[in-house]
Amino acid sequence: MIIETGHFALILALVVSVIQMAVPAYGVYYANRSLTSIAAPASVVQFLLVAAAFFALMTAYVSSDFSVENVWANSHSAKPLIYKIAGVWGNHEGSMLLWVLILALFGAAVGVFGSNLPSAFRARVLSVQGSLSVTFISFILFTSNPFARLVPAAVEGQGLNPILQDPALAFHPPFLYTGYVGFSMAFSFAVAALWEGRIDAAWARWVRPWTLLAWVALTIGIAMGSWWAYYTLGWGGWWFWDPVENASFMPWLAGTALLHSAVVMEKREALKIWTVLLAILTFSLSLMGTFLVRSGILTSVHAFAVDPRRGIVILGILAVFIGGALTLYAWRASSLKAGGLFQPISREGALVVNNVLLSTSAATVLIGTLYPLGLEAVTGAKISVGAPYFDLTFVPLMIPLLLALPIGALLAWKRGDLPAVWQRLRAVLLASLLIGALALALVRRGPWLAPLAIALGAWVVLGAFAEWAARIKAFVVPFDETFRRALNLPRSAYGMLFAHAGVGIVVIGITATTAWHSEAVLVLSQGQKLAIAGYEVVFNGAVPGRGPNYQETIGRFTVSKAGTAVTTLTPSKRIFDAPRQATTQAAILNALAGDLYLVLGDSQSDGGFVVRAYFHPLVRLIWLGALIMAFGGILSISDRRLRLGAARPARRVPSSPLAAE
Amino acid sequence: MIFCRLITSIVVFFVILSSAWAVEPDERLANPVLETRARAISAELRCLVCQNQSIDDSNAPLARDLRLLVREMLSAGKSDAEVMTFLIEKFGEFVLLRPRFIARNALLWLAPFALLVGVMIAVWQRRRSILVGAVTADESRPLSNDEKRQLEKILTDETAR
Repeated sequence: MIIETGHFALILALVVSVIQMAVPAYGVYYANRSLTSIAAPASVVQFLLVAAAFFALMTAYVSSDFSVENVWANSHSAKPLIYKIAGVWGNHEGSMLLWVLILALFGAAVGVFGSNLPSAFRARVLSVQGSLSVTFISFILFTSNPFARLVPAAVEGQGLNPILQDPALAFHPPFLYTGYVGFSMAFSFAVAALWEGRIDAAWARWVRPWTLLAWVALTIGIAMGSWWAYYTLGWGGWWFWDPVENASFMPWLAGTALLHSAVVMEKREALKIWTVLLAILTFSLSLMGTFLVRSGILTSVHAFAVDPRRGIVILGILAVFIGGALTLYAWRASSLKAGGLFQPISREGALVVNNVLLSTSAATVLIGTLYPLGLEAVTGAKISVGAPYFDLTFVPLMIPLLLALPIGALLAWKRGDLPAVWQRLRAVLLASLLIGALALALVRRGPWLAPLAIALGAWVVLGAFAEWAARIKAFVVPFDETFRRALNLPRSAYGMLFAHAGVGIVVIGITATTAWHSEAVLVLSQGQKLAIAGYEVVFNGAVPGRGPNYQETIGRFTVSKAGTAVTTLTPSKRIFDAPRQATTQAAILNALAGDLYLVLGDSQSDGGFVVRAYFHPLVRLIWLGALIMAFGGILSISDRRLRLGAARPARRVPSSPLAAE
Repeated sequence: MIFCRLITSIVVFFVILSSAWAVEPDERLANPVLETRARAISAELRCLVCQNQSIDDSNAPLARDLRLLVREMLSAGKSDAEVMTFLIEKFGEFVLLRPRFIARNALLWLAPFALLVGVMIAVWQRRRSILVGAVTADESRPLSNDEKRQLEKILTDETAR
């Protein structure tokens, strides 16, 4: 009964979203206020109905109702509760429903908080958002219905893939989807602006916090996925340039560019047309991220419901929205007036460089991901584009970006002064090079470019602090004045400090672990030991164990350093009951210098086990840095000048507090 | 049918993925220089039955066979290039994770940098057109008679006050 209610609620949501799409559009056309005013309540009702459908499905999962086909195919009564909940989006149908739920949530947010937007503009935004809902709810109802019944009902479910039974993996889709779908806001605003033919700084002030929210969620989602890969896949890899990783990374890159160009638009009314284009491209990449992977064109870990019939529908949807928005852009962009002028050497100029490099790198990832498909379609030749390609193309694009970051952040708006920036950054440059030299002195082995990359990371981190120091006039004015300035600095300034410092920290982590990781792969019998990165690891044998829904073999290891015992580690191999699959559980010792990563391999005929030990120096800085970036984003959202929905009429801020002096 | 095959390949992938680890102890070469070269080559070769994994990262039987093959050839005194050429002849371009820089891959390799240059030129052009537009609109055009009269009026008002 609950299931039918959920199904019915989703059908009603479709009806409401058709109203939300069509009626306000009609109202805008005929300047009829009573028709446009339907948009906001419709968006709220649509959200409530989709939420009802979603919770109906979740109830079926929690209560293990195996009369529902979707639950039967993806759940099992013996599964721990959190994986029953996560099972809702651990499959194609349910994840689509989650996607639509988040879409409706963002739409409702415009409906509720958008009362200070011009009402005709809000109606346009909600109408565009409604058209997305119509499309994707229809897609669910007609091709991927999660509410289909199974007759006769099954006694037991087929179980969730054990590799998905992991906290980080189970809860990363909601973050990723909030990121992907959050960019729909920027998209709807962009399309609405093109439709209306007018755009101003208030637009950017509205779009920025929503984009920031999506960006924060996407950052966390990507970091969680990478963290999961690191500890699950068994050798400490954290990024594989897999199509699905690329699918989440492209909108992240474009979204990062969008955030920066929206700043220019908000502060200086410049780069308007470009910002609109980026908003469209970012969400287009999000759509591709969610759906290209699903369409079966790119087979990947996440292609859990690959079905060619759906694939065609998905490609059609992508073509309509991306193609439609870009056509509208081509047609209407010239009607938007270009704004403020600036010198090449200025904050705006630096942000243009940021945009050029970030969008080119997003395009590079796109080319690398799709090129094999295109080539095969055109010539029939099959090639692979793997990590070595991206290392050679993506990384060179990041180096100038990172070099320019601290310089750009210190330049003044409109007309910057390079010698003054150089004055401030001389010490930073020196300190970064010293840190690079220190890294070299510590490890004393190649690759010899790695210390320079460490110095680059330090340059970004220290540069972020230099910019902060410049704003609070550290060491220039008396200490209490500096302190007062530090307290009064807007939160968005601290957001920028953290976000930029986080980037540098990620760079340091990536460099250290890529350049200086070490490994030892040996067959060990009970009592034997291995040595790695100053640790001595003794194998004390393996014992069988039993978890809630798996059997396991647990290896026992004692780890010591310089003769003193540090800890015991227990990596294991698991075999799940349903479906019957093997997974490895690495055991990781986290120390300041890096992670000792132990994996128990296959047993040998002589009673020994293959043991893999890896040392990944500073690897956690990668995720720590990502979290610091996300934290910076949250700080910035919480800035009262940027509070969600706090759009005010466009007015020029004469001396922006964000400008560097 | 296609659906079943895809599902099978995904399941196979999960099994491989879930226990993915690289080179086994018994495969390793005693000579550390050769072993390092073998590892470097392995990282560039695709495990043909896996999704986007190098043979260095995969424990699929085929990956193991390829790792052993690479090591055999290196031990027999073949150069890195010879090993690569042999593998390409045997398995096709598909085995390379880094596509070669040849005519049909030119777009793949050049597009990122061509795009970068293209976007920079576009930005520069646009900037110039905005600047030219701003100048012609605001500065270079002589004042119209109306404007001259207005200016006159403002100036005389100022002096009269």
